Amino acid sequence: MNTSVVNNARMLWAALRMLLVLTVVTGVVYPLVVTGIGQLAFNDKANGSMVKVDGKEVGSSLIGQSWNIEGTDKPDPKWFQGRPSNSGYDPLTTGSSQLGADDPTLVKNIEAAKKQVAEFNGVPESEVPKDAVTGSASAIDPDISPEYADIQVKRVAEANGLTAAQVEKLVKDNTQGRTLGFLDQPRVNVLELNIALKELAKS
Amino acid sequence: MGPVLADVLLVTALIGALALVHRPLGDYMAAVYSSKKHLRVEKWIYRAVGANPDAEMRWPAYLRGVLVFSAVGVLFLYLLQRVQDKLPLSLGFKPITPDQAFNTAVSFVSNTNWQSYSGEAAMSHVTQTAGLAVQNFVSAAVGIAVAVALVRGFARSRTGDLGNFWADLVRGIVRILLPISVVAAVLLIAAGAIQNFGDIHTITTLTGDKQAISPGAVASQEAIKDLGTNGGGFFNANSSHPFENPGGFTNLLEIFLLLVIPFALPRTFGKMVGNVRQGYAILAAMGVIWFLGVVTVTWIEYAHPGTASQLAGGAMEGKEQRFGEGPSSLFAVSTTMTSTGSVNSFHDSFSGLSGGVLLLGMMLGEIAPGGTGSGLYGMLIMAIIAVFIAGLMVGRTPEYLGKKIGTREIKLAACYILITPALVLIGTALAMALGKGESSMTNVGAHGFSEVLYAYTSASNNNGSAFAGFAANTEYHNTMLGLCMALGRFLPMVFVLALAGSLAEQKPIPETAGTLRTEKPLFTGLLVGAILIITGLTFFPALALGPLAEGLAA
Repeated sequence: MNTSVVNNARMLWAALRMLLVLTVVTGVVYPLVVTGIGQLAFNDKANGSMVKVDGKEVGSSLIGQSWNIEGTDKPDPKWFQGRPSNSGYDPLTTGSSQLGADDPTLVKNIEAAKKQVAEFNGVPESEVPKDAVTGSASAIDPDISPEYADIQVKRVAEANGLTAAQVEKLVKDNTQGRTLGFLDQPRVNVLELNIALKELAKS
Repeated sequence: MGPVLADVLLVTALIGALALVHRPLGDYMAAVYSSKKHLRVEKWIYRAVGANPDAEMRWPAYLRGVLVFSAVGVLFLYLLQRVQDKLPLSLGFKPITPDQAFNTAVSFVSNTNWQSYSGEAAMSHVTQTAGLAVQNFVSAAVGIAVAVALVRGFARSRTGDLGNFWADLVRGIVRILLPISVVAAVLLIAAGAIQNFGDIHTITTLTGDKQAISPGAVASQEAIKDLGTNGGGFFNANSSHPFENPGGFTNLLEIFLLLVIPFALPRTFGKMVGNVRQGYAILAAMGVIWFLGVVTVTWIEYAHPGTASQLAGGAMEGKEQRFGEGPSSLFAVSTTMTSTGSVNSFHDSFSGLSGGVLLLGMMLGEIAPGGTGSGLYGMLIMAIIAVFIAGLMVGRTPEYLGKKIGTREIKLAACYILITPALVLIGTALAMALGKGESSMTNVGAHGFSEVLYAYTSASNNNGSAFAGFAANTEYHNTMLGLCMALGRFLPMVFVLALAGSLAEQKPIPETAGTLRTEKPLFTGLLVGAILIITGLTFFPALALGPLAEGLAA
């Protein structure tokens, strides 16, 4: 009895010390070494791939944003719009709607989104692509499909006083294909597209 | 190139990479756990801890090491969360409430990584890196250690010695998990994952809006989260968050990481028992089930049944544009069948039948290929059951790898396979009966029930993924799911180690003409059959109430 109590106490003490030593190795040294390498070799990426316009940070190219009329939650016709977001593109509350594929609320949301996107862009509902009416997983998806960008061209061109051909070319230049032919889906980064749009509208 | 062809290439690239790596990695791991030498850094660790790495342990001592070390881990992680506001780099976050801190501590120590909190809005830098990420390493190493102890039980005879727990733990971290994690983390940063200890950073967008950009040591945690089949995301959105998983390359890398150790361990097993073909029979069973799951879910998601998906024109709700249906399905199946639980898309929004396959993947007991270590020992238990069934058919005393599967062995194996189904079904039934299930559902009807079933299946099998519409952060669910995770992890380990001890004591029986050839495809078929029949019989009624009802109604 006494020896087993002593044994257990010794084991407990060893376990505690083991945890502390391993905490130093895997919880302090490891992240610091990786941070060191990351900050030195890939400084820009390690800090969030921030994008600057006129020397000022305007977002991260990896994090989607909302493109509403300032101070409202209405989409601004002069910008390309991203996918529906569960959190209004707030990076501090990421995650999706979690609604099932048969859920009545989701059906209603998609119906409403389809109608809104079609009217907003002046296209028939049948032309509205799937990513335009479904919420992303992260709620901060930076990308849209090339199809969704295409149906926004006419509206964006009109709102910015540009020709459709100019904006179409812009979309084409900002469309990324699959890396190595099989990684990623074809997509358009909305922030980068809108920055290019702003430049074009200015000139 | 069309999306389907791209997906075929993606799966081919993944299988190719795994095939290329499993052999050197499996052999290396066998050498790591057989070596008599200690590295210098390991000697420092043993000296600092006061442990003798050369002392052989019998199964009760080995088990005591596992349990005491894990209990200390739970306590430490609990306290860290409770005082995180008093520590540096707190980001202004409050201490975690007692029930949630208990749930999270058990969750990370048990390699489940179920998360009832939202990382970007709750956990400080110190809690993430010195608490959660540490358990990502040690819980994975504990899993491998227990698997190795069982393998030694088969490999050794006329001894009760199973090795030294401290040495197995330290070697797993120092020689296997850390080096791979460093390489993987650097690759992740190179591809865009963040790695900093900054503050939440607010910028003004072109529209004049404010947006808060999250900081964090994300890449370092992401690497071990997948490699150790842990799954606890730095952010609430987990691997769908662009800072954790910025694109197609990182997506492939992360899927590779979560499969690589589980698929290499059968080779380690074969090497250590002196017949690699025994390992390949096990590997084949794991691979077949995993592959069938991938094909089924990918096919269903492209077909997108479900009223909402049909209306939208595709199953993109809860999926990221850069991944799309195929890579999201591949990730989903790989994460549920490896006990990882990280997600790059939200399973709650998958179609009813896909959700059913993901649930089934966990209900198999996380063995195809399963978690780091736990997948191998789970599969070896199933192999014992399969050998037993075959023995009954021909009326011979069953044996496996030259060890007799007698009354004691089969009792231990049977206890093992009863634990998680009991936890899943009793846990779900209790939650439903007490009305705690309904109040936490986001969805209505059969899918709502699936959310509850998924939660208890995920916790008991130490997966950690969720139908995340399930509101898990209540005192009841934090406590009950915490208990399911602890019992679902450590009770099976008791039986595995007891079994290892009893196998190690036996003397080997010579192979005869009547011995079942367990390295042949016939045995792989028998094994897959036994797994599917046992899981099917256990869970069919529960599945019928949830995902089957949902999928067939549509």
